[in-house]
Amino acid sequence: MRFGPGQRVRVASRSHAGHCRTPVYLRGKTGTVACVHGSFTNPETRAYDSDGLPEQPLYGVVFVQHDVWPAYAGPSEDSLVVDVFEHWLEEA
Amino acid sequence: MEHAVHDRGGMSPGEPIDRTEHELEDWELLTDALAGALARAGVMNVDQLRRGIESMPSDEYERAGYYERWLFSIETNLTEKGILVPGELDGRL
Amino acid sequence: MGSDHEHPHVHDHPHEPIGHDGEPAAAARVRALEELLVEKGVVTRESVRQGVDWLVSRSPADGARLVARAWVDPRFKERLLADARAAADELGLDAGPSPKVVAVENTDELHNMVVCTLCSCYPRALLGPPPAWYKSLPYRSRAVSEPRAVLAEFGVELDPGVELRVLDSTADVRYLVVPQRPKGTDGLDEKALAALVTRDSMIGVAQPRATEPQLA
Repeated sequence: MRFGPGQRVRVASRSHAGHCRTPVYLRGKTGTVACVHGSFTNPETRAYDSDGLPEQPLYGVVFVQHDVWPAYAGPSEDSLVVDVFEHWLEEA
Repeated sequence: MEHAVHDRGGMSPGEPIDRTEHELEDWELLTDALAGALARAGVMNVDQLRRGIESMPSDEYERAGYYERWLFSIETNLTEKGILVPGELDGRL
Repeated sequence: MGSDHEHPHVHDHPHEPIGHDGEPAAAARVRALEELLVEKGVVTRESVRQGVDWLVSRSPADGARLVARAWVDPRFKERLLADARAAADELGLDAGPSPKVVAVENTDELHNMVVCTLCSCYPRALLGPPPAWYKSLPYRSRAVSEPRAVLAEFGVELDPGVELRVLDSTADVRYLVVPQRPKGTDGLDEKALAALVTRDSMIGVAQPRATEPQLA
């Protein structure tokens, strides 16, 4: 596992043709690794003619809502946790 | 960035949420169970089910009911895999 | 039309032409599809029936049992928050086929709310099938970007200073919210406590009941 809890990570800004579980609203956003879930089959390949192996590391990443939505209407502490695969994360 | 129709986060600000409870109809349970049976048989996994749903044309996706999307996906997947012949199911209705 | 504006009429019950028996076209279609696939030997009727039986056996009662046990037993709560599947196994409950289930706890400082913006991922084994609104396009959109407005529509207003945390279930993890135990429930046993725990409180769009539901 490349990242650890407490580490700042940025979601890649790239686009992706085909099945993908990294929401567009998160691309380019920076958050903090909240937990390391372990490794799971890769939905991006398993959605096609593949078994989704090798398994890919998955992280629960916490974002400050105000960092995600320019017009977020709520307290500065409000947060958003999204499960993101390692291959979508960069060191921030 | 191209935005797929199923990727809904932040897409409908202010849109009212209909909170009407809706118990699943028999055909909806059947659709759900059929997808599960196909998965257990190793024919179509959940990622393929989702990909099939996402392949619906945008306007159809937004108009369709939840299990109508599942049915579309099951048919799409099985046709791609050569298990269903195009038109075969229509011929049975 | 007056001053009403049209918005896309999206919802989660069938919108197709109604067939002669009041059902949408998809109903006949999926029945014919099942017949065809059974004939071809792709699936067995038994496997499909088992799937239906499993789905109708699911309800929020199992999730409520987990929460009630966590309320009365702090060590169980620790175990539940560390590994919800193992905790469910302890009580003989089926946590379902998802690779990982995570219970998240509401506290005086933190309120959790769950969504799946990409489809409808939901801890079905422990809560039963998700409500139509959970699968709806407006909830999937607004739960991440306007969660406090969504909570207000559900009748929930959080105390000042409470952090609202939304969890978007994008992968193989399913989330279950452990709501806070209502005040004044010290005298209730586990079964009575479980009756306070609603489906919506385990999604995070409602607080648990304050008193036991009254029988009609």
